[in-house]
Amino acid sequence: MKALDISGLTKTYKGGTQALKGINLQVSEGDFFALLGPNGAGKSTTIGVISSLVNKSTGSVKVFGHSVDTELVEAKSCIGLVPQEFNFNQFETLNQIVVNQAGYYGVPRDIAKKRAEKYLKQLDLWEKRNEPARELSGGMKRRLMIARALMHEPKMLILDEPTAGVDIEIRRSMWTFLKEINEQGITIILTTHYLEEAEMLCRNIAIIDKGIIVENTSMKALLSKLSMETFVLDLPVQSTPPSLQGFAFRNIDDHTLEVDADKDVGLNDVFRQLTDQGVTVLSMRNKANRLEELFVRMVEKGRKEQAGAA
Amino acid sequence: MANRNFTALRTIWIKECTRFLRIWIQTLVPPAITMSLYFVIFGSLIGSRIGEMGGFSYMEFIVPGLIMMSVITNSYANVSSSFFSAKFQRNIEELLVAPVPSWIIVLGFVGGGVARAILIGVIVTTVSMFFVDIQIHNLAIIIITLILTSSLFATAGLINAVYAKTFDDISMVPTFVLTPLTYLGGVFYSLTLLPEFWQWVSKANPIVYMVNGFRYGFLGVSDVDYVLSLGLLVGFNLLLFTIAYRLINRGVGIRS
Repeated sequence: MKALDISGLTKTYKGGTQALKGINLQVSEGDFFALLGPNGAGKSTTIGVISSLVNKSTGSVKVFGHSVDTELVEAKSCIGLVPQEFNFNQFETLNQIVVNQAGYYGVPRDIAKKRAEKYLKQLDLWEKRNEPARELSGGMKRRLMIARALMHEPKMLILDEPTAGVDIEIRRSMWTFLKEINEQGITIILTTHYLEEAEMLCRNIAIIDKGIIVENTSMKALLSKLSMETFVLDLPVQSTPPSLQGFAFRNIDDHTLEVDADKDVGLNDVFRQLTDQGVTVLSMRNKANRLEELFVRMVEKGRKEQAGAA
Repeated sequence: MANRNFTALRTIWIKECTRFLRIWIQTLVPPAITMSLYFVIFGSLIGSRIGEMGGFSYMEFIVPGLIMMSVITNSYANVSSSFFSAKFQRNIEELLVAPVPSWIIVLGFVGGGVARAILIGVIVTTVSMFFVDIQIHNLAIIIITLILTSSLFATAGLINAVYAKTFDDISMVPTFVLTPLTYLGGVFYSLTLLPEFWQWVSKANPIVYMVNGFRYGFLGVSDVDYVLSLGLLVGFNLLLFTIAYRLINRGVGIRS
């Protein structure tokens, strides 16, 4: 059974803006799925429709086989939502926020209190349980929204930019937590601007732009499409700029060299040529995130196709 | 299903009660102070010169109306500010993503408003006992009128908050509609003091029926038939609940 099955989904807002132009998307049960796209692409609208915050115009959405049109209660019960914006009452304590959320799903208060302890502890928030949410740091607020979304123990967790604005240490601890709950069987759908995050966590990916899906494949298949990478080589200060045969390269300054290399060719020849010229390579790094490059390419390709179709 | 709905309703109600109890200095203390001033100024100082009204001392006459005035303003303000804040902070989404039926959302918020109104009613009644000996003609009518009036204005506050886009929008109705209607609703005077034409006009004011129904419960006197008062309260409650339910169900002001 598909955890999520979206077919022909469209959404036109009152002002006439067409946010979704016929989305088809399937997510398998147990998947860790990334939904990527530039700002305004339709990611949050898609998530809004799935979680009943946005009324769709046409199309169908099924969550674990339950249609949001005819079995909304069952569909909602399967979903835990972590929205992009902080949307809890800033004056309530953490404990009140999570226990109340469980209550909305019909979880009895005594069970809700036990779950609150479990999830607040797992997300390192237990010590703050009696403090008002407004006193939390940004990272803690993000984790609070994850704890809240898990209180009714959903089968699918949808996270809209869950690590936006949090430092790398907290981000990595959140990644570890999300991986753990995914391994326990919870299907996870993630939107993010940190493409490294999608690459690190997700097995499958869809790229959305201007309301249509421009790519929907496995992360592995997507990354295999990337053949060219750019490397930045840090060198000692050079009086004569080095040059390379058979590679596109740029001398950025007197101690930095950029080289474009096809991944099938490798870098051995680059190092051999530099060694022959007496140039020492002090360090080397990728210029850009590979996925980022691919993402830009996919979005541009999609836009050209849309322009062509028009 | 029934258990889940009951748990959700109980949760919203507890959340609402916790909210107004948390900010008790804003919600519970002001009515006690305001009503004490009314009792001192209109009841003791001016009232003693007015003499009897409707066969009772002026203080006895105005007590039910003043309690009702507090009930009306507080039930309305509780739900309008709470629901609008939930919209404004977007924590209404906590309810929208959950499998909570729209009628439970309406009942939960209205239940919170009724709870605050009853608590205020008790506080103001207690304060009034320092100034006058309270007599009770019919406790059942007092309780029924109190609950129906507070639920009616709590629902009205919810409808106001659904349409409100700014905090100004939730203060306009209380300022320009509720306050004038309450002051002209027979809280401080008997309609029989008015010329016949203005008595007739006053009877178009729904608050007249609530104040008088409540006064009948305390004193056994009323400018209008208390059965008519209760009937109107039931009718208006059903009407406004239906409107509020339909608005929430359609997602007006809360769903894109």
